[in-house]
Amino acid sequence: MSAVLFFIAAIGAISGAIGVVMLRNPFYNVLALVCHLVFLAALFLLLRAEFVAAAQVVVYAGAVMVLYVFVVAYVGGADEPLHRHGGALKVLGPLFGAAVAVELCIAMLGTALKGVSSKGAPYISGFGTPKHIGTLFLTTYLFPFEIASLLLLVAAMGAVVLARRRRGLEGTTEGEGLVIYVGRPAYTGTMHETTGIEGGGGTTPEPEKQREPIGSQTGGRAGQTGDGRSEGGW
Amino acid sequence: MAIGWYLTVSAIIFAIGAIGVLVRPNPMVILLCLELMLNAANLALVAFSRMWGGESGQIFALIVMVVAACEVTVGLGLIVAIYRRQLAMDVDELSELHG
Repeated sequence: MSAVLFFIAAIGAISGAIGVVMLRNPFYNVLALVCHLVFLAALFLLLRAEFVAAAQVVVYAGAVMVLYVFVVAYVGGADEPLHRHGGALKVLGPLFGAAVAVELCIAMLGTALKGVSSKGAPYISGFGTPKHIGTLFLTTYLFPFEIASLLLLVAAMGAVVLARRRRGLEGTTEGEGLVIYVGRPAYTGTMHETTGIEGGGGTTPEPEKQREPIGSQTGGRAGQTGDGRSEGGW
Repeated sequence: MAIGWYLTVSAIIFAIGAIGVLVRPNPMVILLCLELMLNAANLALVAFSRMWGGESGQIFALIVMVVAACEVTVGLGLIVAIYRRQLAMDVDELSELHG
């Protein structure tokens, strides 16, 4: 029974991995990785690592993959070429991978570890349960635990810094961008407009001065709109 | 099943991930293949933990999961930044830093 379950999970995990590499659409790549992770969690269960299997399904297949799906939907998952345009990597890459696999298998066959061919240590009751893992995390491995929380904090802040909107960054690229004109009330905008006010401001500017280009625009068009207001982006 | 079978599966998954990192041009798929390699390492860690009968390997696997989550957030932030600048989603095109 254990052998049957192992082969089902192993074939599922390996075919999921092949799907990640071979499918063209990034959306299907993510779905193949979810499939791979679920089968890998089954392998963890067979190895009696209950908490790791649960964390794999909840954290990985649940949270991280949702992040991937969001980004694929944002960027746009179009079909794309499977290989790089030119170069020797198209041939050498699979050869290198096969060499790595063969080398790892040889290292495993030639190992002096006796336990590799056994079924593992005798099972102790409670092995791999959340209770044992939590006790270890809060006693022996307290320092890695705290370092992991710090690392998560740093990574979250780094992601926010990397993905935030930067002033003027989108305007520097070439290509025809979409310029959206949105009306806004007078005297709620730029410093140029504010300095032009003569005492309280009863006069409203003409309609084309109320409009501000929003959205990605080309550098040439930013220069053409003139009057110095659109130089700073938003 | 013997522990060696699990290690074999781990080696195969790691090799598939390495092939994907080398061959695929899309940075997002490269991140996915990195996930594959990390998961292969996780499987080996849990298998060794079962072999020795200690839970330290599982602790290590959980820490690797945390590191993988951090790598995903930062990598996806980079991909969103690439998309915002309207650059090509191709690691061959994004080679201004190759020295």
